[in-house]
Amino acid sequence: MLNYLIRRLLYAVPILLGVIFLTFLLFRVVNTPEHAAINALGPKSSVAAREEWIENNGRNLPLYRQLATHVKQLGTFDFQPSTVTKRPMGETFLAGVGPSLCVTLPGFILGLWLALVFSLYQVFVRHSAADRTITLFCVAMMSVPTMVYIIFGQAVVALGLGWFPVSGFHSGLDGVRFLVLPVCIMAIAGLGYDARMFRAVFLEEIAQDYVRTAHAKGLPATRVLGRHVLKNGLIALITLTVGQLPKLIMGTLLIESFFGIPGIGNVMVLGIQTSDEPVVLACVFLGSLFYLAALILTDFLYAAADPRIRLS
Amino acid sequence: MDYLSHWLTQDLLLVLGLGGVATMLTRAARSERWSRAWTRFRGDRTGIIALCVVCLYLFIGALETFRVPVGGGDTKSLLDFVVGNIPDERSYSAPFANQVLTDTKAQPDPLNSSRHLLGTNQLGKDVFVQTLKACRTALIIGGFTSAIYIPLGALFGILAGYFRRWVDDLIQYVYSTLASIPEILLLVSILFVLGQGLGSISIALGVTGWVGLCRLIRGETMRQSERSYITAARALGQSHWNIITRHLLPNVMHLVLINFVLGFSGIVLTEAILSYLGVGCPVGTASWGVMIDSGRSELSRDPVVWWNLTAATTALFGLVLSLNLLGDSLRKAFDPKRG
Repeated sequence: MLNYLIRRLLYAVPILLGVIFLTFLLFRVVNTPEHAAINALGPKSSVAAREEWIENNGRNLPLYRQLATHVKQLGTFDFQPSTVTKRPMGETFLAGVGPSLCVTLPGFILGLWLALVFSLYQVFVRHSAADRTITLFCVAMMSVPTMVYIIFGQAVVALGLGWFPVSGFHSGLDGVRFLVLPVCIMAIAGLGYDARMFRAVFLEEIAQDYVRTAHAKGLPATRVLGRHVLKNGLIALITLTVGQLPKLIMGTLLIESFFGIPGIGNVMVLGIQTSDEPVVLACVFLGSLFYLAALILTDFLYAAADPRIRLS
Repeated sequence: MDYLSHWLTQDLLLVLGLGGVATMLTRAARSERWSRAWTRFRGDRTGIIALCVVCLYLFIGALETFRVPVGGGDTKSLLDFVVGNIPDERSYSAPFANQVLTDTKAQPDPLNSSRHLLGTNQLGKDVFVQTLKACRTALIIGGFTSAIYIPLGALFGILAGYFRRWVDDLIQYVYSTLASIPEILLLVSILFVLGQGLGSISIALGVTGWVGLCRLIRGETMRQSERSYITAARALGQSHWNIITRHLLPNVMHLVLINFVLGFSGIVLTEAILSYLGVGCPVGTASWGVMIDSGRSELSRDPVVWWNLTAATTALFGLVLSLNLLGDSLRKAFDPKRG
């Protein structure tokens, strides 16, 4: 087990180096020093100020020396502070983790649960008119951009009906009413895609021999689906769900920004909209780190869910 | 980049692009697999309707892209000749209203034109016309992006699947690295460096988009390489180039087509999100993403301006839904067992 973990971690190292190199290529080579200076200081800054900025940030050094500092900075998590808020990156991210998790985790779980219910029902009534209708409905839900769900939710449920506040965030129990709407929207926005994918997985599972055996020994169909098929399908679903994680980031990005939740997604959107280079760079790096960690986690979940798989 | 925005270049690119796709499709349709798929596809009512809707969008987009000079250095698109005589207003006006929307409601402010089917936006432009014009943006971004990512993905996929060993390792390493950066962040950082514009968006989407296609083609090429016709071709002493272009490519092309159709819908959706983040289309471009983004503030004003958002969402929804349905139908037609 430990052996396997170490090997997986070692596999991730070249990929991480690749990410660092890619960000270097983008932010240090393609992005010219002049362009970076304009981004940092604004279009109205004087030429002298820009030259001073380039000098101070080491952007006039030869590329190999810049690469060395770049690798060192990212490798030791020594990010430059934001050019806009001037706050150090660690502080910004740590402050954002809590609020982000408050929305992402319940939204993710609710969405997963809804998709499971939908897809299991579809498999239960498979190849019927109801199944086809739900499939069409899922495709329709996939075809609406997340922003429209959010705008519609805010305008109708929050502004029109007045059930929830439009935006904002409070810590503690009082804050729950701020979270209901974003969590629901997050669950609904991904539902179409997930339910379709889960349905395909379960349909493949239902053709297996053990399902016929279960039916033959007289188990009710609901039990076969809810126990046997669900359990075996979950193994395939684990990989699919982790593959979704990068998309999850995009969802939170929009939701946090629209609902004014002070999480990491909001930091990213502000960083993007104010051309804050250090913030974007840190987000890219931490995002890939997060994804690689999730991939390793999947392998372990996989082994936990399926005793046939040995980690060796 | 001046010559790129010249009307003649754009017209030529449009004709070449559409002509190229049409030629490729007709040539591919000669093979047995494709003609069988086409027979199956014709029996699929949803697929046919979806195809018609997609063609309608393409037609409108092409009308708006095809520009002709009208003298005095000005150009007009073909769409302008159809709907160009609708005058602009001073600001918002509701669908079928006869006056401009004012916050004070003090004195009526009559419109320049008699009626607007879907009202006007903040700048007084007819929303219906803007919605139609946005087809061009979708067509251009979708077209350029596909022109970048499809050759990349297909080429690398086939190379990795055919040569295996270190070629496969290298290509796998490159795409695992790209795929480990969350897509939206990679897109944003590329746009951040390249700046705004339709070209930059296409490049960014093209650079990030080939990974999925490459994985798909790599797997299929590996499966095909095991088949006896490839062994036979090798035994006959055919060159690698011949095997790849004559034997492997035609047998994975259907996956490329399906991926192209489904990818197009993803591109349209992503463009909307990028425009919201402020790194998408430049201000002033007719784009559904920009329209949806402005709808955000318009819904919270009083009286509510809902037509801009509704028109853009409906148009975008129609295109993406038809593309998704068309992709599903194509998949079923090519692979009836798994569809």
